Amino acid sequence: MTAPTSTVPVGASYAEGSVLDWSRTLLPGRVVLDEQVASNAPWSAVVAAGQVLTIVDVGGNQSADCLMYNAADPEERYSVPDTLTWQQNAYVTTGTVLRSNEGRPLMTVVGNEIDRQDTIGGACSKESNTLRYGHHVMYHHGCRENFLAEASRRGLGIRDLVSNLNWFMNVPVEADGALGIVDGMSAPGRRVAIRAEMDVLVLVSNCPQMNNPCNDFNPTPLRMIVVEPSGAQE
Amino acid sequence: MTLSAPREQHTTNTVLNARTDARAQGGQRSEWMPYLPAASSPFVPTDVDPTALVWAETVAPGGYTHKVLTRGSRIRFDDPTGDACAHLVLYNALEPTERLNVADTQKIPWQAYLGAGHPLLSGDGRVLATVLADTSGRHDAFCGTSTDAWNEQKYGDSRPEGPTPSGRGLLVKAAAKHGLGRRDLPPSISLFQGVRVETDGQLAWQGSFGAGTHVELVAELPLLVLVANVAHPLDPRPDYQVGPLRVHAWRGAATGPADPRFAATPELERAYLNTIDYAEARGL
Repeated sequence: MTAPTSTVPVGASYAEGSVLDWSRTLLPGRVVLDEQVASNAPWSAVVAAGQVLTIVDVGGNQSADCLMYNAADPEERYSVPDTLTWQQNAYVTTGTVLRSNEGRPLMTVVGNEIDRQDTIGGACSKESNTLRYGHHVMYHHGCRENFLAEASRRGLGIRDLVSNLNWFMNVPVEADGALGIVDGMSAPGRRVAIRAEMDVLVLVSNCPQMNNPCNDFNPTPLRMIVVEPSGAQE
Repeated sequence: MTLSAPREQHTTNTVLNARTDARAQGGQRSEWMPYLPAASSPFVPTDVDPTALVWAETVAPGGYTHKVLTRGSRIRFDDPTGDACAHLVLYNALEPTERLNVADTQKIPWQAYLGAGHPLLSGDGRVLATVLADTSGRHDAFCGTSTDAWNEQKYGDSRPEGPTPSGRGLLVKAAAKHGLGRRDLPPSISLFQGVRVETDGQLAWQGSFGAGTHVELVAELPLLVLVANVAHPLDPRPDYQVGPLRVHAWRGAATGPADPRFAATPELERAYLNTIDYAEARGL
């Protein structure tokens, strides 16, 4: 059957002719999961301890907003301040240990094809969009909506949403404290690989934001590949 | 009775004697205590009418406190020694799922460093509190507070009842007294000990501006305020050096259209509009 027409003002997807590079896993291994995340959509999976999740920025400069939880005890979850404090640096890059609110390692960045990844900028939401752009965009979809919907499928709720990580997003902090989302440093097919240090529930929102450069104003898909590593890094 | 008096000096061998002994202890003062009524505070801030005070307290080094405050309340934190570090979490007291969102607090104002005029935003597009005054300028919204794991590797101990308590350990207890659990604790901010981000992202310790600074907030919604006064995680001193923290709150009005700060930026104006919209609908 053909899709019905609709009057719903859903978010934009990528423009026809956008360059898409689906790439492949950043680390070799036996593939245990390989999924595509449509633009604007949420995604989640449990990555077992030792497994490596590769996230592919298929269309380039597509923010993958990400939260992580101890799968066995989700009250232990990703913590931006603990991650920054332990490494004494505001940016995420190769070797960054993504820590929990108890200071423990949840995941480690073991491969990274971007200069630096952001974990300061947080997630967009319908509510914060009204502050940033005006009430006329209140109807737009947002990452907080994706997080809430996907969290609810995992038995989690609004109390479980905290400051997150944004793969492929660029948020510099300037000398006077000026901070903001600027044009990204990624490109189609660029990847990040994160190894689970315990069984971790990973929540991702494929960011639907259309009002700032976090998605290059052109929301594209993501590819998620989980492998049991088989050897050295490619 | 004093601590460790020899048994033969005890006067607590019967209930009546024990009651007399206990009651004789009243009326004493300590360096860190709440002052009740608040108007009896020995440290009433200049220009504040003591009869308007609703909260007056000196928080011990390594101590914590918490309070539910009405919309419009003014909250002042004083660092008398230059060694206080106030780790704060704020909640909408009516719906604690609405709480401080550090990412939005830095992103929406396009500014990472807290100072006068900065809104402390929730994740719901509203202002929980506004920074009205700041004579310190040394604050941090990046590092959060210390965890047990951090203090154990730094000091060898993190017990909340011990000499080097973690901020999270204390905030867990403060939250629990309002029916909230670990999942209700988002990243916190801290006052009076500064951190700056260098060009390469390095988090550089700035520390204290010195003794005698203060920060004043106004509650834009009914607030649950949790405060832990613990060493900043990046404090480079090997010892756990924290000073007392003074807290005062008094009655006042929330930010409205007549205040110059209301429309200081387009983001602030819409944040205050959202906040007032919520308050009006709830009859606050």
